[in-house]
Amino acid sequence: MTASTNASLRAFLHGLPGVDRVGADARAAMLGTRSIKTSAKRQAIDMAISMVDLTTLEGADTRGKVRAMCAKAVHPDPTDATVPSVAAVCVYPDLVAEARDVVGSSGVKVASVATAFPSGRSTLEVKVSDTAFAVAAGADEIDMVIDRGAFLSGDYLKVFEEIQAIKAACGEAHLKVILETGELATYDNVRRASWLAMLAGGDFIKTSTGKIQPAATLPVTLVMLEAVRDFLALEGRKVGVKPAGGIKTTKDAIKMLVLVNETAGPDWLDPDWFRLGASSVLNDLLMQRQKLTTGRYAGPDYFTLD
Amino acid sequence: MSERLSVRKTYKLYIGGAFPRSESGRSYAVTGAKGEFLANASKASRKDLREAVVAARKAFPGWSSATAYNRGQILYRIAEMLEGRRAQFVSEVAEADGVSGKKAGELVDAAVDRLVWYAGWSDKITSLRGSSNPVSGPYFNLSTPEPTGVVGIVAPPMGPLFGLVSVIAPVIVTGNTCVVIASERAPLPSITLAEVLATSDLPGGVVNILTGSAAEMAPWMAGHMDVNGLDLTGADAELAQKCEELAAENLKRVLRPNGKTDWAANPGTGRMTAFLETKTVWHPIGI
Repeated sequence: MTASTNASLRAFLHGLPGVDRVGADARAAMLGTRSIKTSAKRQAIDMAISMVDLTTLEGADTRGKVRAMCAKAVHPDPTDATVPSVAAVCVYPDLVAEARDVVGSSGVKVASVATAFPSGRSTLEVKVSDTAFAVAAGADEIDMVIDRGAFLSGDYLKVFEEIQAIKAACGEAHLKVILETGELATYDNVRRASWLAMLAGGDFIKTSTGKIQPAATLPVTLVMLEAVRDFLALEGRKVGVKPAGGIKTTKDAIKMLVLVNETAGPDWLDPDWFRLGASSVLNDLLMQRQKLTTGRYAGPDYFTLD
Repeated sequence: MSERLSVRKTYKLYIGGAFPRSESGRSYAVTGAKGEFLANASKASRKDLREAVVAARKAFPGWSSATAYNRGQILYRIAEMLEGRRAQFVSEVAEADGVSGKKAGELVDAAVDRLVWYAGWSDKITSLRGSSNPVSGPYFNLSTPEPTGVVGIVAPPMGPLFGLVSVIAPVIVTGNTCVVIASERAPLPSITLAEVLATSDLPGGVVNILTGSAAEMAPWMAGHMDVNGLDLTGADAELAQKCEELAAENLKRVLRPNGKTDWAANPGTGRMTAFLETKTVWHPIGI
């Protein structure tokens, strides 16, 4: 399909089949009831840890806090060397250099939010320079937000061109496109925004900034996983998915993995194609892992405060 | 006219201020002193215990930072509520222990009195256990008692109400929260007590009551890294030893009374002080 005009984009996006809301909710809820125990649980926990984008996006972030978080990203549990590193750390652009310095060549990627995160309310010029700054500071991945105002008012071309411009500014860096599904109102809009982001060149589609509730719900992630599956079939390019925000427990994380396996397929069960944007879930994963290792329930006193 | 169908109570667990069934779906038949069937009680699993510890931990910051005066008021309120349900407790205790109504009445009265007694201690225990210490330097040196945290309690098998109140009250009055494994033999009064607690302004999660097998659950409680204290009053010698060994991993405070406890005797302050830490502050004089 060509995306030269707003009308052609609109025709394509509105031509996508609508999402059966009740069906999506029911399927996500049904998949959430799968019971994953013992050795399968252990595998799932390690996989989930290796997919975490350990995130700190607070106004109060300090260099020290970022350094501590990056150290944790490389060795999530210093008492147990068999725990894998997380996939990436995610910080604001001005802290990218700090994060880069700590993670070094450990294999942990450095992701940075950009484009006037979290609202995305600025000029394209500012967004592009924000992105270029983060990339220059050493970011491997850029998490951009879409202009939800433009999207909701039907100005799809503006969103499309903005994503293209940011993608160009990324250079080698991977681009994750945050749809902020909590503001998109319907599952139909989530499907349309997913396709729009993929058509414009996004390497990943991400649910939320984490600043808006609801964030990464199971049904929304299901709709996005269907979108990447169908996009691969139709356009021949594989795109990753990153639910972010609201994933707090090991159970939440494992539900997400089940959803990936049953929707997009096991090809996506890889840190290159699926990420969990979270911070507090890591401690819960580590506690559950320790419970499986030691046979006694773990306590939060023995893990770092985030 | 047809005879009215009896409406029987479902005895459930008490976790975080709510009354859930066991996640395991199990229950067991509870019989009275003469072997007659009384009711089915939930048989809690280790996962119910895990949830209860989470609830107790969540309740700890609020309860431990409430003023001693406020905690005393709430304990007194529990006593009031218990008194208001006296008749129900008398019949439950009589059925469980096979004692006469008169004797059961005395036991319920003793439980109410015990709560009032501990309520009074809430703002006095600090004076007893705290101190102002003379030091050789320009400092005020003050020691104050602080609650230990989440305390796991194996309630005594005998004394389904009086014994239970006598182990819960001293733990919570100082600001701890607790997870109680009720008497396996006679669990019904413990759940009725939970209904009293739920209507006494006691924040949810401060007391969590599980019914079922102590031998099954207590070792998980003793090994749990987020439990800070353990009261093994109701554990037999073999179980108590096993629990003590498991409790060593994170240095839990363990209370394991010698021999049989006489609940009617003056309890003293030992049960309160067993689950208190001492914080000492050095404060420069003249600043």
